[in-house]
Amino acid sequence: MARIIVVTSGKGGVGKTTTSAAISMGLAKKGHKTVVIDFDVGLRNLDLIMGCERRVVYDIINVINGEASLNQALIRDKNCNLLSILPASQTRNKDALTQEGVGKILEELSKDFKYIVCDSPAGIEQGAHLAMYFADDAFIVTNPEVSSVRDSDRILGLLSSKSRRAERNEEPIKEFLLLSRYSPERVKSGEMLSLDDVQEILSLHLLGVIPESKSVLTASNSGTPVILDEKSDAGQAYSDIVARYLGENRPHRFIDDKTGFFRKLFGGK
Amino acid sequence: MSLLDYFRTSKTSSASLAKERLQILVAYERSSSNQPSYLPQLQKELLVVIQKYVHINQDAMTINLEQSDNRETLELNIVLPDPHRV
Repeated sequence: MARIIVVTSGKGGVGKTTTSAAISMGLAKKGHKTVVIDFDVGLRNLDLIMGCERRVVYDIINVINGEASLNQALIRDKNCNLLSILPASQTRNKDALTQEGVGKILEELSKDFKYIVCDSPAGIEQGAHLAMYFADDAFIVTNPEVSSVRDSDRILGLLSSKSRRAERNEEPIKEFLLLSRYSPERVKSGEMLSLDDVQEILSLHLLGVIPESKSVLTASNSGTPVILDEKSDAGQAYSDIVARYLGENRPHRFIDDKTGFFRKLFGGK
Repeated sequence: MSLLDYFRTSKTSSASLAKERLQILVAYERSSSNQPSYLPQLQKELLVVIQKYVHINQDAMTINLEQSDNRETLELNIVLPDPHRV
């Protein structure tokens, strides 16, 4: 039986797709057969971040409508053959996603894959609802910023009331915090909410802190998930996150400001 | 830490202001989203009944549902007008 992970946040632009791409690649690289699904119908972008935008033929809506089989729509990742991508439709609207259709797809994928990563769109409408509805685990991507924290709290409320597990009175969805775009330096100077500040409000199980990093843009420019950039801080942060999720015990990094006085003085980075 | 930083942190930082605002907002939103959906309608209907007998206005009444471990308490608070003024 597969484990279904939703990557969600409520707010847009916090790093959901970057995270979905990174962790699905990380899970596959660790030897687990993984599929990542884009739920952002009408505004698909996971294909671009994964670098397979030119190989999209069929999408999730085609599968729901019976116009293509699941195997026809799945795209095998070029870097890792244990990873597949199911793209969203770019031309249809959000209402083309149905609960029944998504449920069937997830059920079929569960037979074949170990992990199913659902990349949720921003907002709380149909696409976001269906991305989280069937989930076993939720990765809450949050930026240390007021609107993102507020929206994350709202999403936590929805996860505990509007999901299949909630409706069936089953064990609740496991919720994990991924604090992204974190800048220890700005936290130190009091300009940015700290990890502790965010945790005082959300109090979630922390999977990891992803530092604000230039490598995220470089990775999306070239269409390679940032986790493959093993030298980058963000890439390492995501590797840690995947390892921790799989039960490894890795100390948290990228939380404290390590920039020395002289480096600050001379602007070194 | 430089001298400049010392003066900067001695003032209330913008992050602590952010945290304070968030804590208040999130606490409020959590309590209102946990309320059952019939509560506003119940309040309206109760108000109509009470107004048959006593003249009160809408903000003289508050309704609140408290949940503790094994019981729910519906708290209704009505402020009656000053009897000398009626």
